[in-house]
Parts: sequence; structure tokens; C-alpha cells
Amino acid sequence: MAQAAIELIGINKSFGAVRANRDINLEVARGTIHGIVGENGAGKSTLMSILYGFYQADSGEIRVGGKPVSIHTSNDAIALGIGMVHQHFMLVDNFTVLENVILGAETDALLKSSITKARSELDRLEREYGLEVDPDAVIEELPVGLQQRVEILKALYRGAEILILDEPTGVLTPAEADHLFRILKQLKDQGKTIVLITHKLREIMAITDTVSVMRQGTMVATRTTKETTVGELAELMVGRRVLLRVEKGQSEAGAVKLSVKNLTVKDQRGVTMVDNVSFDVRGGEIVGIAGVAGNGQSELLEAISGIRHAVSGEVMLDGKPIDLTGKADPGELRDRGLAHVPEDRHHVGLVLAFEENENSILGYHDDERYLKGPFLDVDAIMADAKDKIEKYDIRPANPRLKTANFSGGNQQKIVLAREMEQDPGVLIVGQPTRGVDVGAIEFIHKRLIAMRDQGKAVLVVSVELDEIRSLSDRILVMFAGRVVGERGPEATEGELGLLMAGVEHQEAAE
Amino acid sequence: MSTPYAKLPAWADYGLIPLINLSVAFIVAGFVVMLVGENPFRAAVILVEGAFGRGTGIAFTLFYATTFIFTGLSVAVAAHCSLFNIGTEGQAYIGGLGIALVCLSLDSVMPWWVIFPIAIVAAAAFGALWGLIPAYLQAKRGSHIVITTIMFNFIAASVMVYLLVGALKPAGSQAPQTRNFLAGAELPKLNWVIELFGAKIRSAPLNICFLLALVMAFLVWLLIWRTRLGYEMRTYGHSPKAARYAGISETRIIITAMMISGALAGMMALNPVMGDQHNVAIDFVSGAGYVGIAVALMGRLHPVGIVLAAILFGMLYQGGAELAFEMPAISRDMIVIIQGLVILFAGALEHMFRPYIQALFASVSPKSVGMQAVKGTGA
Repeated sequence: MAQAAIELIGINKSFGAVRANRDINLEVARGTIHGIVGENGAGKSTLMSILYGFYQADSGEIRVGGKPVSIHTSNDAIALGIGMVHQHFMLVDNFTVLENVILGAETDALLKSSITKARSELDRLEREYGLEVDPDAVIEELPVGLQQRVEILKALYRGAEILILDEPTGVLTPAEADHLFRILKQLKDQGKTIVLITHKLREIMAITDTVSVMRQGTMVATRTTKETTVGELAELMVGRRVLLRVEKGQSEAGAVKLSVKNLTVKDQRGVTMVDNVSFDVRGGEIVGIAGVAGNGQSELLEAISGIRHAVSGEVMLDGKPIDLTGKADPGELRDRGLAHVPEDRHHVGLVLAFEENENSILGYHDDERYLKGPFLDVDAIMADAKDKIEKYDIRPANPRLKTANFSGGNQQKIVLAREMEQDPGVLIVGQPTRGVDVGAIEFIHKRLIAMRDQGKAVLVVSVELDEIRSLSDRILVMFAGRVVGERGPEATEGELGLLMAGVEHQEAAE
Repeated sequence: MSTPYAKLPAWADYGLIPLINLSVAFIVAGFVVMLVGENPFRAAVILVEGAFGRGTGIAFTLFYATTFIFTGLSVAVAAHCSLFNIGTEGQAYIGGLGIALVCLSLDSVMPWWVIFPIAIVAAAAFGALWGLIPAYLQAKRGSHIVITTIMFNFIAASVMVYLLVGALKPAGSQAPQTRNFLAGAELPKLNWVIELFGAKIRSAPLNICFLLALVMAFLVWLLIWRTRLGYEMRTYGHSPKAARYAGISETRIIITAMMISGALAGMMALNPVMGDQHNVAIDFVSGAGYVGIAVALMGRLHPVGIVLAAILFGMLYQGGAELAFEMPAISRDMIVIIQGLVILFAGALEHMFRPYIQALFASVSPKSVGMQAVKGTGA
């Protein structure tokens, strides 16, 4: 085996009383792609932040190229040839590519010499690694895939030999992700070392040479990718066997429960986000809306659930219209049997500072079951919360615990329990498993299918294509605010990917 | 990722940390006293004895505390709905106008126990109305409540000056204040309660408004944590988006919360006006509204905390007055510095010592900081 590019020995890191990293040992071989997988909160990001100088380890040793080093700031890391591409890009939106690349690496008080030097260097890097980007393009005008390329170029320009990528494909279409993987392979062939942090096991299998699995702050296993399987990795991550794809029977679609006609929604700036969208959801079926984040799905959900006003169009719930342009009231829609699991559970679906039991009535707090006159019926609320905790296996099973102290998966279960237990006719769900660990995903998917089998109309919006394909009976693809295609669950990923990228749509328009 | 700080047991959170903050405030204040050449230990003894040493001192401390309980509750109610009501000062001042109108017109014909309930309603109504306008502007026009309530303090002050040198002033009087109320508008004193414990009181303004303040503290607790309205206010306070999602009307909740806040502020005026001065004089609120902000923050927006913080500030007012009298080197302004230090350490720097204490707890006993609970199995 080649010499190790990075060695981490006995790394420990605590935040207050929480031990985010416990005795971590990791060896990344030079010239390989090394994956790190784990559930949310397993400590992956903390570990990489220690390597990149954002945090200091409480104890342990870091060796780069065999030599012990101390990394106190990200500048130390850069000097050692470590570059990082963050999940959320660190780019100045109204700067050009070139300006972003030299930011912080200017050599002179005047920019001209830096820019000239950077231009030729960038040219070389682009040719060498197939990282074509127009150096004079302004960042905000570039698609996210190219913005990510700029981040990689930034790291390479600073002489990075070791590249850390944190969840790089979260914002990419399948095609863009494939392109990224080709770039990473090319970088590897040129002798660079790549550390890839992700929770998507498929990516790990597709591209890495070695994979390390983290669970609850510890490193539980390191495997050669060729010798492992997705099933084994999932089991290592969660600590037990998991079903990766839910089993479901044939759907029995009934009457139309939710009908959307020519719906148009604008955002605060007056930009049209949902453009003349029409579709129906029948009882007993799950309709999935696929699309890259930011193509109008969020606004669509908000308009249907009464949170956001629509410009025009018609939405019928059980054959009766919803007031869209006037004073749509989410409370009234709830009374009419529309339950909504919002995309953003931290700010919309839950109040994190509340106790679990208080969140279990959010939106239904004016229901007389929970009230005694103007007072909250604390006993009834508590009994109800305990009941849901048991039914949905919410852990820890403590209705008095602050909601912020639950894990992402359990927080999502709190929202789902609240909305599903109201026995709604229509359930709309945004990003059902975003930030949710593998074990809880399985549970949530099963519940959604159970709702379908009870004859409810279920509308699911998700940026995870796997999820859409595994859950939906029909798939709608949104691109630039429009529904650009409808496919059955048997549609291939490539086919949906093209629709999501707007390829067919543009061809049709030309 | 996990929260940086784990939580502490309740007794440390609500008892130990405020105590440490308070001690540091007094230690720093001690250095200030040393700086002007006085003995800080003697100063501390005078301060505490002045506030609690004699019956009269206790009565005065509780009288001041009554005022601060009202203003503290007022600020806290608005704060639970994430509204920073700086206008408690003006709302209390206008509340005084309501009381004046009731007392001046009824004090010759009715006994105090009839006038008092009417005056409570009038004070609350006038204060609530003074809170309504900024609330409406915030809810409908998006005018920031901090700016508008500050402006309304100035408007209230001007209105009151106009009335107190004009319509409300008895003809021929030189003082900018109403005529003195008759016996019908004088509230019974509570000094006898302290005398029951054997202390002697010469003359002190402690009156039944103290009991009213305690009742209101309980009602505020009930409102915030036990009613549907309080639930909606807290939801909006933590997350306006979640409130929208839950079908809570933003306009209604902002206006309701500010009117309750204004009503509590207005009721503060009962204490000095009907309980002590027996007239409405210019600037009778004299900053109690602003002290209410400190009291509410120090009391962690919880009625129990607010009552305790109000008593602390009552002690600083009363003990501080004694201190200024006993130690000529320490002027009134020095007392304000000490109060400022308390606010600084207990309010603004509340979290300064928290990480160290948490680390200490974590190393001594991980269980006590809820390790098990925080790291629940990821289901």
C-alpha cells in the first residue's frame, strides 16, 4: 500500500459534555479516494473540521505525509496541502470565478499581477483536470455544479494535494454528480488524495477505494470498497440490519382528493416560482414530485398548505376550492383534513425550544381535545404525546424533553406522528427524510405507504431521487417552476435525471 | 451536529449561575467603592441593612419591588412573543392618567374598595391602549416595535406634561400635579404585616398593590404556560414561521400580546399613585419602565424569577438610598453604577460563566448534564 497521506491517531473531541469524536484512528493512503460515511451526528464533519483547523482536538495526533503536525487555522491546513470543499459554498456571489479563486491568495497590493498569474494557472488546471469554467463568469450566474467546480479549483490553486469534500452531491443533479465523479477520478489519477464525506452509500460504492464508517463519534470499521456491500455498510452505520428499499403492494387509486389546476406562485421578489402547474392526487396513491432543490417545489407545497399566497390557479380539496389568493389559513385547511409535514422542520414544523409534548399539538392546539376552556388541558396533551411516542417509537421516550435535544430522525417522527394521527384525508410531505438517519428512513417510508394503503392521498416532494422512486406510484418532475414530465415508478434514474436537468424540456421548447 | 453546550440541572441553571453572576457584579462594584476611597465591606453592610435591616427598610424595599414586578411582567409578556417592549415607561405613565381620571371623579363619593377595582381596569385599559398603537403599526405596517415604543414614551411624557400643567392641575397651584386624592382613593398599607413579625415601622408606602403584583405574577404564569393564547404567543415568539404554519394570525397575536403587556405596565402606576403619593405628579414613573427590562431579563422572563429580581432591584434602590446618605463619597450616581453592573453581569453577560460551569459539571458527573438524554439512540 502507498504511503499514508493523512494519519489521525487517537483523536478526541468533546463539546461540553457531548463527545463528538472518540479515539478516532484513520489512515488515508496517498492517491486514493477514501469515503467516510455515517449518520447525521456521527461525527464526520467534526473530524474533518479538526483536520481543516476549524476545531482543535482535545487529544490525539495528526500526521500529514508521515510528519506530526499541528493545525490551528485553515491557513495551516492549506500550507500543508489540504483543501476543503464545503457543503455550503464559500464563494462571493457577485465576484467572477477568477476573483473568487485568488480571494485570500492575492500576491500584491494591486490585483492585476495576481489576476494575470491566476489566469494562466487556472488555464493549466482546467486543461489538466477537465475542470472547464469560464474564468470571467460571475458566480451567481453559474449553475451549482459549476460553482462547486470553482470551489475545487480554489483548493487546487492553493496547491492542495489532499482534497476533502463534504457532502458534495447534495445539491447536484445525477448528471452533475456523475461529472463530479469523473473529475475526482481524474484528480486521483494525477496523484491527489481525496476524502469524500457522504451519507449516500451508492456514491461510496461508485467511486471510493476505501471506506470508513463512523457511528456515534467512533470509527467502527474501515473496508476496501470492492470487498464490501451497501448492505454491510448500512448495517455498520446503524448498528443493525436495514431494509434499503421499502416493499409495497399495488396501489388502488380512488377518487381525486387533491386537485391543482394552473397554479402560479411568485416569491417575495416577484419571481415566478411555480408556473401554471396542474396535477391530481387520488386517494390511495403516492404522488412524488422530483426535482433539483429550488425549482419551485417548496413554493408549491407552501401554496397548497395555505402558508404562501398564490397568484392564480385553483386548488380543490375533496372537491371544494381552497382560497389561494385571499386569506388562506393553514388552520382552516387542517380542519378540512389536509395535513402538512413541512420541508423545514426546524423553523416551520417544530418549535425547537418547546418540550416534545408542546410540539405534538402545534397547529392542532385549538382542538377541543387539548383544551379546557381557554386553558390547555395539560393531562390530555401529555397522554396524547405519550401515546404518539409509543406508536412512532420516538426516542428518548420523554415528552418533557426539549425538542432540540432529539435527533433529526426523531424530530421528523414527532412531526409525522402529529400530522398522521389526525387521520387526514390528504397528507403532503416535504423532504420526508432530509437529515434523517438510515434506520428512521425505513420507518418513515413504511408509515407513508401505510397511509396510502388506508386510502389517503399522499403528495411527497423530495430531492432524493431514490426516495421518490421507491415511494411513488406516479412521479412528476419539476424544472424551473413547471411540471416537465410524468413517469411511472419504473422510470430509470437517467430518464428522470434528464428531466430534472430540464434537457427534454428545453429540446421540446426549441 | 450536537449542541455545543449540554444542559445543566435546574438548580444550577436557575440558582447557581445567577448567584455567581450576582457575586461577580458585587465584587466589581466593591472595587468601584474602593476607588472612591470607601470600605466596600462597610458599604455592603450598609446597603443590605438599609434594605432589610429594619422594618421600614423592608417595607420600602418591597414597595419598590412592587413597581418593578409590574414593569418586569410587562416586558416579559411581550418578550415571550418576541416583542421587545421598550414602551413600558410610557404605558405606565399613561396608565397613571387613567387612574387620575377615575380617582379625581370618584374619590369624594365612594370608598377605596369600590374605586380600586375601577382604577385597576382604567390603568390597565389606558396602558393597553398605549401599547395598541405601536402593536398595530408593527403588525400591519412593519414599523419596528422598539422604535415606535421609544417614540411613544416621548409622546406619553409630552401628553402628561401638557395635562399636568393644564387641565389636571388645580387652579392656582404652582406644582405640575393633580390635586391630592381624598381618602376614598387611598389604598390600605401593608406595613402591619411586617409589624406582625416584630419589626417597627415609622412610615412606609408599602400597600396592597404588592399583593396585586403577586397575583398578577401568578396570572402571567398561567397565561404563558397554561393557556392557548400563551401557547400561541410562545410559538410566535420562537418561530414566526411555525406560527404561520400552525394557523396563528400574526396580527392578532402581536396586538394581543402588546395590549396585555401595556395593561401590566399601566397597572404599575397604581402602586405609587394610589398607594403612596395620592396624586399624579410629573415624571412619577421615573425610569421604572426601563428597570423592568433588566428585571425581566434577569428573571429569565419567568414570573418567579421576576419577583425575585424585582426584590433585588428594590433592595438596590432602598439600600442604595441609605448608602448615599451614610457615605457622602458615594453619590446617587454610584448607586446607578452598581445597578448597571448587576444588569451587565446578570443580564448581558449571563452566559459568561456558563461554559465553565457546564464543563465542571460534565467532568464531575456526566449524568447530571443529561448525557443520556441528549445522546438518545438514533432510532
